[in-house]
Amino acid sequence: MLKQAAPYLALTGVSKRYGGVSALSGVDFSCRRGSIHAVLGENGAGKSTLIKIIAGVVQPDAGSIALDGRTLTLPNPQAANTAGIVCIFQELSLLPDLSVADNIGITAPPRRFGLIDGGAQRRQAEGLLARIGCADIDPRMLVRDLPLSRRQMVEIAKALGRNPSLLILDEATSALTAADVGRVYAILHGLREQGLALLYISHRMHEIEELADTCSVFRNGQHIDSFAQGERAPGQIVQMMIGRDLHTVYPPKPTRAPDRAPVLELRQVGWEDRLHGISFGVGRGEIVGLGGLDGQGQRELLLALFGVLRGVTGQVLVDGKPCHVGSPAQAKSPAIGMALIPEDRKTEGLMLPMPVSDNISMAALGRMTRGLVIDRGREAAAIGKVIDKLRIKTGDPASPVATLSGGNQQKVVIAKWLLTGARIILLNDPTRGIDVGTKQEIYQLLRDLADAGTAIVLYSTDYEELIGCCDRVMILYDGRIVRTLEGGAITEANIVASALNLTLESAA
Amino acid sequence: MNTLRLRISQNTGLLIAVALFAILYTLYSSLHPKGWSVDLFVQNSNESLALIFVAMAQTVPVLTGGLDLSAGAIMTLVNCFASTLLTGSPAHIALGLLACLAAGSACGLFNGCIVVFGRIQPIIATLATGAIFIGISLLLRPSPGGAVDDNLSWVLTNALSEMDTTYHWFAPGAAPYWFSHGVGLLPVPILILLAVIVLVWLPFRRTVTGRGCYAVGSSEGAAYMSGLKVWRSKLAAYTLGGFFAGCGGLYLALQTGSGNADITQAGGYTLNSIAAVVIGGTSLFGGSGGAIGSVFGALVLRAISFCFRVFDPAGPIGFVANPLLQPIFEGVILLLAVSLGAARAMRVKNRLSLFT
Repeated sequence: MLKQAAPYLALTGVSKRYGGVSALSGVDFSCRRGSIHAVLGENGAGKSTLIKIIAGVVQPDAGSIALDGRTLTLPNPQAANTAGIVCIFQELSLLPDLSVADNIGITAPPRRFGLIDGGAQRRQAEGLLARIGCADIDPRMLVRDLPLSRRQMVEIAKALGRNPSLLILDEATSALTAADVGRVYAILHGLREQGLALLYISHRMHEIEELADTCSVFRNGQHIDSFAQGERAPGQIVQMMIGRDLHTVYPPKPTRAPDRAPVLELRQVGWEDRLHGISFGVGRGEIVGLGGLDGQGQRELLLALFGVLRGVTGQVLVDGKPCHVGSPAQAKSPAIGMALIPEDRKTEGLMLPMPVSDNISMAALGRMTRGLVIDRGREAAAIGKVIDKLRIKTGDPASPVATLSGGNQQKVVIAKWLLTGARIILLNDPTRGIDVGTKQEIYQLLRDLADAGTAIVLYSTDYEELIGCCDRVMILYDGRIVRTLEGGAITEANIVASALNLTLESAA
Repeated sequence: MNTLRLRISQNTGLLIAVALFAILYTLYSSLHPKGWSVDLFVQNSNESLALIFVAMAQTVPVLTGGLDLSAGAIMTLVNCFASTLLTGSPAHIALGLLACLAAGSACGLFNGCIVVFGRIQPIIATLATGAIFIGISLLLRPSPGGAVDDNLSWVLTNALSEMDTTYHWFAPGAAPYWFSHGVGLLPVPILILLAVIVLVWLPFRRTVTGRGCYAVGSSEGAAYMSGLKVWRSKLAAYTLGGFFAGCGGLYLALQTGSGNADITQAGGYTLNSIAAVVIGGTSLFGGSGGAIGSVFGALVLRAISFCFRVFDPAGPIGFVANPLLQPIFEGVILLLAVSLGAARAMRVKNRLSLFT
C-alpha cells in the first residue's frame, strides 16, 4: 500500500446549480498522486458535474480548487490541460472527420517551421497506439471509419499523449472489448506506479474492485464518504449510492418454460462477410441474449433484423410467416411490431434539442392521429402514462431531452418504443453508461414486458447482465452462433469459455 | 489499407470534380476553332480566376460548418476599392494592392467577429454584412468606372511571356528556350492561383488553427472539449475567406480595368461559389473537403458556360445551343455532379452510415 501522501487535487466547498436544480452542494473532495480513485454514484449524483468542474468545462458557483497546494481557477478545458488535467469523457471528444493521427495530436502537434509536421505526428500516434496495444489502427484512417471500441482506444491514446498528471476517466472502458480492457487496466496500473493521480468513474462494480485503491461515493450532489477499496462490501457501497436497500439487481427469472412458438424466427440469415447462417427463434415472453466478444456481428444482427442493412440474405419469419423488413418504418408497422433500442442514444435514439414529450411520441405518432392531425390530448395522455410507468425524472416534459441525465435519456428511448406497442424488442447494449439504480429498473421493465408476452433480443457487452436477464444466450463468434446457453448453463465461465475457445481454435 | 486507396477514398469529391472538369474542358476545346491554343487558355483562365477565388473564400467558412453569403459582396467591395487605388507610381500601386487584400481580410474578420462574439448564425450574419458591403461599394462607385493601371492589368491577365510588351522583362531574344516554349506560355492568372494556394492555403491547412477549422466543422463540442481555441479557428476561417474574396475582387478589377458595384453579379458569385464548394467535394456540414476541390468545382461551373459558346446551332444537338437554356443545364449538371458524389450511398450496406 502506498503511503498516505498530501492531496494532489483538493476541492473545498464546491457548489454548482443549474437553474433551480442543485447539482453539487458544498463538496469537499481530494485525491492523491499514485492512486486510482473511483468515483461512484447514481445518475444525477453529481459525478459528471464534479468531473466537468475539474476539467474546466463548467465553472463552480462557489468553492475553490487547489492543485498541488496552489489554488487555481480553470476557466476552460485548455486551462485544465495546461495544468496537467486530462479527461477522457464518456461522450467521446474525437473529431470524426479528422484522421486518427490528427485527433491524437489535436492541440499540440509536432511542428516544423511553425507548421504541423505530418510525418512526426503520425509516428507519435503510432507510438502511442502501440503503447496501448493498438498497433492495428492505421493513424491515417478517419475516426468516423473506426468502430466505437477502437475510437475509445484512440481517445485513451490521445489523453496519454498529453502527459497528464491527473487523468480522469469517465466511463472510459464502457465500449471496449475484453482484450482491450485488460490492456487499459495494465496501462492504468502503470500510470499509478509513475505517480499519476487517476480519477475513475464507472458503473461496473467489478471494474472498480479490480482497479481502484480508493473509492468516493456521491449521492444527490453530496460527497457521502471516501474509503479504501475493499473496506466496504459491494452491497454496502450500492446502498450508500442509492440511499436505500437494494435486494437484488436482477428480477427473478420465471420458472415456467417459456412459450417456444417463436414470434420471431431467423433462418440462415447472412450479411456481407459479417453474419453467416444465423438461425434461431424467440418465443413469446422470452428474453434471448446475444453474447461473445465485442464486434462479432451482434450489432449487425440487430440492425439486419430492423431493416437497416441492405443485402441481407436468408429468411426472417414473424408469427411463422416469412416477411421482408426493408426499413425501420416497416419494422415498426403493426404487422411486424418490432422496436430497436439503439446503441448510441445520442445519435440514433434521440433528437436531443427536442422536448422529452416529442421524443417519446416520435415513433408512435401514426397511432395518435385523428384524420391528418395529431390528437394532442391522446398524445399527452400517452406520454404522461409512460413517463410515470418508467419513472422518467423530468421537471417538465416540454424541456429538451438533452437536459436529462444519461439514464433518464435512455428511459426516454425505451418509452418511445413502448408507445408503438412493439411485440418484438431488440436492445443494443441498452445500459451502457447508466447507473445501477436505473439499470435495475430497466431489467425489471424488460422482465415485465416479457411476462406480458413480448419477445426480447438483448445484446450486452456486460456478461453479468446476460446472466441476470436472459432465458437463453447465443454466443456469436465471427458472425456465427457458436453456442447456445440455457438456464443454469448461463454462467460467466461458460460465456467466456464459449467466446474464447473459438478464438483459440481459429488461431490454430 | 494501402496509402493510395486511403487517399482516393478520402478525396472522392475532389477526384470527381477534376474528372468532370477534364471531360467538359476537353469537349469544349475540341469543338472550339481555336481549341488547345495558348490564347484560348489564357482567356479561359482570366474568365475563371475571380470565381475560383470566391469559391476558395466560401470553402473556409463552410469547413467550419458555417456559410459566407457575403463572399460575392466582399469581392465587389474590393473590386470597387481597387478601381480607385490601382493607378499612379509603382509604389502607389503596390500599396494599393496590399490595401485591397487588407480590405478583403478586414471584411472577413468583421464577419468572423459577428459570428464568434455576436453568436449570430453565419447564414444570417453574412446576409446582413453582405448588404453592408454592397452598400459601401455603391458609395465608393455609384456608377461603373474607375481606372486600373494598364500595364499591370495587361501583364496579370496574359501569358507570362507578355511581360516583355509592358515591362520589357523576358524579351523573346534573351529568354532561354525553356521559358519561351514552356513556362512563358502559362497564363499569369494560373500562376497567381498557384502562388496563393502554395503560400496561403497549404500552410494554413497545416497550422493548428487551420486544422481547428476542420475540427470545429466536424464536431464543435468535441473540438472545445479537446481544448482547441474554437473562436480562433472560426475567426481565422472568415478572415481567410475575406482574403480570398479580396483576391477575387482584385483580379476582377485587373481583368475588367474598372470597378462595378453590381448587386446581381455579387449575388451570382456567392451562389456559384456555394455550388463550386459542393461540386469540389466539401461537405456543407463542415469538417471535410478543401479549397483545392473548390478550385475545380469553380472550373467545372465555368467549363459548362464555355461549352455553350461552342455548340453548333445547326448541328444534331443544336437545340442546346440556345443560351436561354444555359441556367437549366447548369442546374442539371450541378445536380449530376453532386449525385456522383452521393453515389457512395448506393453501395452503402448499412443505412445508418448514410447519416453520420
